[in-house]
Amino acid sequence: MTRLALSRRHLLTSAAIGGAGLVLSGCNVFDGLGGDSTVRRILASANDVTYRVQRLLAHSDALAEEFTKADIRQPQRPNGVTSPDDEGYKSLLANGFADWRLEVSGLVEKPLALSLAQLQAMPSRTQITRHDCVEGWSCIAKWTGVPLSLVLDETKPKPQARYVMFHCMDTIERGLDGDIKYYGSIDLADARHRQTILAYGMNGRPLPVENGAPLRVRVERQLGYKMPKYLRKIELVDSFSRFGTGRGGYWEDNGYDWFGGI
Amino acid sequence: MTIPLEIGGERRPLVYRQRLWTRITHWVWAIALFFLLLSGLQIFNAHPMLYVGEQSGFNFNNEVLALGADETVDGKSVGFARIFGHRIDTTGVLGLSGKGEEAAARGFPSWATIPSYQDLATGRVVHFFFAWLFVLALVGWLVGSLINGHFKRDIAPRSADFRNLPRDIADHARLRFHHRRDYNTLQKITYGVVLLVIMPTIILTGLAMSPTMDAVVPFLADMFGGRQTARTIHFAMMLLLVGFFIVHIVMIFAAGPLNELRSIITGWYRVDPEGV
Repeated sequence: MTRLALSRRHLLTSAAIGGAGLVLSGCNVFDGLGGDSTVRRILASANDVTYRVQRLLAHSDALAEEFTKADIRQPQRPNGVTSPDDEGYKSLLANGFADWRLEVSGLVEKPLALSLAQLQAMPSRTQITRHDCVEGWSCIAKWTGVPLSLVLDETKPKPQARYVMFHCMDTIERGLDGDIKYYGSIDLADARHRQTILAYGMNGRPLPVENGAPLRVRVERQLGYKMPKYLRKIELVDSFSRFGTGRGGYWEDNGYDWFGGI
Repeated sequence: MTIPLEIGGERRPLVYRQRLWTRITHWVWAIALFFLLLSGLQIFNAHPMLYVGEQSGFNFNNEVLALGADETVDGKSVGFARIFGHRIDTTGVLGLSGKGEEAAARGFPSWATIPSYQDLATGRVVHFFFAWLFVLALVGWLVGSLINGHFKRDIAPRSADFRNLPRDIADHARLRFHHRRDYNTLQKITYGVVLLVIMPTIILTGLAMSPTMDAVVPFLADMFGGRQTARTIHFAMMLLLVGFFIVHIVMIFAAGPLNELRSIITGWYRVDPEGV
C-alpha cells in the first residue's frame, strides 16, 4: 500500500488549522494581562530576574559603547513632553534658567540647591552615546554634564539611601485626580556609574528645550524613559512606595519595568 | 482518492522515539514561541520600522521596512508596507487595520498581537517572561542532548544522510514519507539549523538590543552591524521561525498527525515495518 498519506484537501485543512490557531491567539483572549492581576505579576517577576542577572553581569564600571563625532548624523530625537506648558517652567525658561535651582535632598547629610552656573563649574564629562528608546528606535548624540556621583559626594548620602529619585518640572499627564509631573528613579549602582551625568549640553550646545533643558540625566546602560528631563529635584530615598503608585516612576506606574536595561 | 491517515495493524511496530527531555523542551518552545511572536509583534508596533546600522535614520535614510498608514488624494485611509523603498498597499492587514469606523493605524493587526490593543508595557512583560523560558529550554536542550546522545544520534547528519539527500528531497517533493525511528536528512538539517542557528541568533540579537548587555559585551551589537541591524535580524529570524512553524505543521499532517503527535507527547512512534 502506498505511504502517500496526504491529499490536497488534507494539506489545505492543515494549513487552515495552523492559521486558525494563530488567529485565535490574538483577538482579545489575553487582554486580561493588560490590567493588574496575579498572572501579570508572575510574568513581570521575570523583570526582577533580568535586573538581578544584568546587575551581576555588568560590573560597576562596564561602560556603554561610546561613538565618534562622525556617528552624530541627526539631531537627537525628542520624545515624551517636548515643550512643557507649566507656568513655573515657562517663567524659568524666559529668564534663561537664571532662577532655576537643582534641589538635592532626602537621605543626605548636606542638602544642596545648585544653580546651572554652579553645575557647569563642576568637573564635566562629555560622551557620544546611543540613546535607545523603549519603542525600539536609537539615536546617537553627544552629551555634556556633571557626573551624578560628584553631586552625590557633595551631599554625603546617608547609609540607608538606596535609590535616586528624579523629580521633573513637566506635566506628563492631566487627569481628574490632578496633574502628574514626570518622575523616575534609578539605583545607586547606576547613579554612581561613570557615564551617569546630569547633562546641560547636547551636541556642543546648551541642552534644547525638547531634550530637557536646563538639565536631564543620562543613564547610558538603560532605556530612554529612565533618563528624566526638565530636572527640578534629586531626592535620595530608601524606597519609592510613597511616590505615585509606588513603582518608582511615571512609566513604571503605567506598567513599564522599573529596570530599563533591556 | 482518500487514504486513511492512520494505517493500523500489527505490521507497524511502535518504537520509543522521543525522550522525555526532548518532548518537554519541544512543548516549552512551542508555548514560549507562541507568546514571544504575538508579544513581539506588539513591541514592534510601538515603532513599526526597521533599519540597518547603529541608529534609526530620522534625518537620513537607512530604512529596511516600514509599516504605516496615510491618506490618498480623495481622503481614503490606506495602509502600506514599504520594503527597501518599494511600497505595497496592505490596507486591512499591515499599517491600517480594523473594521469600518474602528480602522486604525497600527503595524500588525490586533489579531496578531498580545494584548490586542496597543500596550507596549504589557507586550514587554509577556515577551521577557517567555524569553527567559525559551532561553532556559534551549540551554537545557543543548546540554541535555549532548549528555544523553540525542544530538549525536538524531540531529548531527552522517555521511549516509548526505548521500541520501537527493532522494530525500525527491521523497519530500512527492509527499512520500518513510516512518522510521530516525529523522530523515531534511529533518536533521532543518532541526539543526533551527536549534543551532536561528534560535541562538534570535536570542543574541535580542540581547544586542539591551543597553545593559551592550555594556557587558561591547562587541555584541557591533557583531550584528549595530543595534538597529540587530533588531532587523531579530525580526528576520522571527519570519524564518514562522516559516518553519508552517512547514512543520504541514509536514505533521502530511506524515500522519496522530502518529506524529503521539510521538511528541508520549514518545512512542509507529514505524514502517522496514523502518525499525
